[in-house]
Amino acid sequence: MNRVTLVAICASAGFLLYILEMVRRRKLREEYSILWLFGSAMILVLSLKQDWLVGIAHAVGIVYPPSFLFLVGILFILLILIHFSIAISKLHHMNKKMAQEIALMKEKAMDGASGDPSIRR
Amino acid sequence: MNPGMEGTPPRILVVIPAFQEERSIGGLVRTLREHYPYDILVVNDGATDRTSEAAREADATVLDLPCNIGIGGAVQTGFQYARDRGYDVVVRIDGDGQHEVDDIPKLLEPILENRADAVIGSRFLGETEYRGSIPRIFGIRFFRLLVNLTTGYRVTDPTSGFFAINRSLIEFYSHHYPSDYPEVDAYILMHRLKSRAVEVPVRMYARTEGKSSITTYRAVYYMVKVTLSFLINCIRRFG
Repeated sequence: MNRVTLVAICASAGFLLYILEMVRRRKLREEYSILWLFGSAMILVLSLKQDWLVGIAHAVGIVYPPSFLFLVGILFILLILIHFSIAISKLHHMNKKMAQEIALMKEKAMDGASGDPSIRR
Repeated sequence: MNPGMEGTPPRILVVIPAFQEERSIGGLVRTLREHYPYDILVVNDGATDRTSEAAREADATVLDLPCNIGIGGAVQTGFQYARDRGYDVVVRIDGDGQHEVDDIPKLLEPILENRADAVIGSRFLGETEYRGSIPRIFGIRFFRLLVNLTTGYRVTDPTSGFFAINRSLIEFYSHHYPSDYPEVDAYILMHRLKSRAVEVPVRMYARTEGKSSITTYRAVYYMVKVTLSFLINCIRRFG
């Protein structure tokens, strides 16, 4: 086993453990951890089984196998970023609805509290 | 759907979205009070100045949004209020004194006579004093073309925020209304609902206080965002 393989294995295993630990401590929600776990597991497998990496790379026509590793990494990062954009859009929508609901409820509460609709202060 | 035709007078609500308008909002509400018997709703879009207090002191009903959600979201909150309280017509006017209060009857007339579902005030119809900057005029011409080509509405002032709508659109907009820069998008929504939209000439003035929400560096973003959401709305479903 050469040195670069050892570094790759240690790095991806460490990353995988870090994600698991974050989920365990509830600092990272399960639904947001799936892509991270899957991505780091895949990198780990490809560092352990380098003949697989070479095989897949050649099968899809990539001459230099490590660049396939980069491709996988970049694709996961892209997926995760899209996932975040969707999550932010959803939160944005929920935040807007909640703000609107609060404003309407506050007005209704004050309206009811005054008893007389002509006095709304 | 058919205000003014069932014997009871139509219930009309004036909605004013306001963000940092403490200096103009009080005067506007008082002017409206003097001229019209309509209910007045100020939607305070998370302003940090005295917008809310100034509006209350002038005896408007005020909705305070807990944070800034964008002008479209604020106006939509007004539509939701109107829907919940059973108003027949909503007039939407700016809080900064750009729109001429005396022109409100012109917006209401076609709706009350059931000739239109939406009436939009245009600063370009009739004789006009309006002078915009070159990029702004270009933008307006671009959106005019976009709206005309995709919806068939022959508009002259597609970015006008001075308009009146009836019950059918109050109901629809309280579910679907863009968060920011909603005016151009609204034409797609109206088109989907097969609404009858007409323009009437109104007067608009340069701002007296505060500054326009569309600054120079935001103009490009505005063009891109509005065009994108307009085109997306063309292919979107509204459930």
